[in-house]
Amino acid sequence: MDFYQRMTSTFWRLLEAFLLVMAVVVLNFLLIQLAPGDPVEVIVGEMGGATEELIAQLRVQYGLDRPVIEQLGIYVGKVLTGDLGYSYYFNTPVLDLLLQRVPATVILVMSALVLSVIVGTFAGALTAKRPDGMGSHLVTVISLVGYSAPVFWIGMMLIILFASIWPIFPVAGMYSIRRPDGFAYYLDIAHHLVLPAVTLATIYIAFYSRLARTSMIEVLGQDYIRTARAKGLSESKVGWKHGLRNGLIPIVTMVGLQFGQLFAGAVLVETVFNWPGLGRLAYESILRRDYPTLLGILLFSAVLVMIANALTDLAYRWIDPRIRKT
Amino acid sequence: MKPQAIATPDAEANTAPPPAAKPDHPLRETLKIFIKNKSAAGGLILMGIILFGTIFGPMLYGVDAYEMVWMPLSPPGDGTPLGTDYIGRDIFAGILVGGRVTLTVGAISAIMTVVIGILVGALAGYFGGRVDAALMKFTEFFQVLPSLLLAMVLVTIFAPSLITIIFAIGIVGWAQVARLTRAEFMRIGNLEYVKAARAAGARDMYLMFRVILPGSLPPIIVSSALVTGASILFEAGLGYLGLGDPNTLSWGMIIGQNQNYLLDAWWTVTCPGIAIFLTVLAISLIGDGINDALNPRARKRA
Repeated sequence: MDFYQRMTSTFWRLLEAFLLVMAVVVLNFLLIQLAPGDPVEVIVGEMGGATEELIAQLRVQYGLDRPVIEQLGIYVGKVLTGDLGYSYYFNTPVLDLLLQRVPATVILVMSALVLSVIVGTFAGALTAKRPDGMGSHLVTVISLVGYSAPVFWIGMMLIILFASIWPIFPVAGMYSIRRPDGFAYYLDIAHHLVLPAVTLATIYIAFYSRLARTSMIEVLGQDYIRTARAKGLSESKVGWKHGLRNGLIPIVTMVGLQFGQLFAGAVLVETVFNWPGLGRLAYESILRRDYPTLLGILLFSAVLVMIANALTDLAYRWIDPRIRKT
Repeated sequence: MKPQAIATPDAEANTAPPPAAKPDHPLRETLKIFIKNKSAAGGLILMGIILFGTIFGPMLYGVDAYEMVWMPLSPPGDGTPLGTDYIGRDIFAGILVGGRVTLTVGAISAIMTVVIGILVGALAGYFGGRVDAALMKFTEFFQVLPSLLLAMVLVTIFAPSLITIIFAIGIVGWAQVARLTRAEFMRIGNLEYVKAARAAGARDMYLMFRVILPGSLPPIIVSSALVTGASILFEAGLGYLGLGDPNTLSWGMIIGQNQNYLLDAWWTVTCPGIAIFLTVLAISLIGDGINDALNPRARKRA
């Protein structure tokens, strides 16, 4: 593939991603329109009442007296310049609030993702060699449990087991009350991270182990695996290099597709563990009926998912050389 | 969702019936395979018990789930079978009544998800071209949005009630079903018998829903079971976050209301959670059983 082609395909992908984000922005606007009461009523409610004149003045100030299409234009313009509105409950611009909370969510989601892909793929690949063995049945049972149990409940059970009965991990939060300095600070966060990350990973370990098993069984039956064996490669090289690399392709696809769902799971896990990320913020803004924050999180998470999808695309090209050519 | 759920075109070819046996009706054969499957039968029995418990349980048990009946946070066996919650309500009565909401919402929103998914997927797969491109962009849009977050926003904005919750769950989860249906329609749309029907002058609607849809149903039925399980987990998640209908108890809601007492009263969150887990497990087992019965090649391999 030459340079020019690569640039145009990248450009189209970026444009597509941008249009999807804009669609989310429009959806957000529609939701605001559909919500009972307008922002001015909310503000007036916060102030504890106001005169008719002040209300009318606020309406003009917020552009609520103009046609809907014009309001949409203003809203889109605001979002593009990074103005996601103002949270009256937290008394901060929404964007600042979100940026403050993003790192915690990214740490949680990425650790859960890495954990589930590694554990799931290895469990799946190992059992694929003996589809009727004990290990294979164990993976089936574990994946059934992972599929069927609500993730927030798994988190609570882990808290009861590993923070109460056998207290080796903290119950909730991201830091100890007395924050240690230097390297110990990161260790402290890691210590707090274990239970939430394992909880969030559970569903996906179940999912990836099943996917990896099916995919590996499929791949190990292919002709090129027989060829690899015939030319005298060691069994481990056949399995890990020729088998796993090809078996990984559907897993990478699913990682990209599932990223949004992983994020949704983070909302529940963060609520259970009081993890100060975007999900916990979503829960708090529901309790306060803080619409600007809630809609900001929706938009922001869509952007994060889009970035994750783009990264998946890159990983895809790296694993499967055939895709580079198209 | 599960790749093995997709029926392969040569699936039937691999299970030639023994020549001497009298050929069975395909539906009956499928049913036979399903019932012989131990885990599927187990799932069916479990589901039967859960349905019986939620339909007749509250009447038979006779304890009001909404009233304070005993000391708050008393452990199981100490006056009540599964203990009491933080305001002294009977957990067992709560589970029996709460199941009604969870199961109803789960079932109706799953039906909604599957119907939207089939409609979008069928239109995209049947017409192809621009219609397909537009509908798939629409589908991708819903896949990019974190579904739970969108449902949370919808329920918060339109105030939590059974209708809004069902609508919110139904509207966010259909992308998978649509993709699956589209793939099936594209595959079957090119088969001889569809071409024959088209040549015979069948209209689009007839071709889509009477000719192609029946052939593409097996994988859709299997994914419907997954969707139902997911909808129940979804409802539980919303209930846990405090977005359930405030007038009725549900399993997720009981867990959410008692989560602050988690360390002092494990039974308040453990028991409703087990109810959710067993329900979704039963549906997964039934779904796997249907998959094995409809997809003979996967049956042999697994």
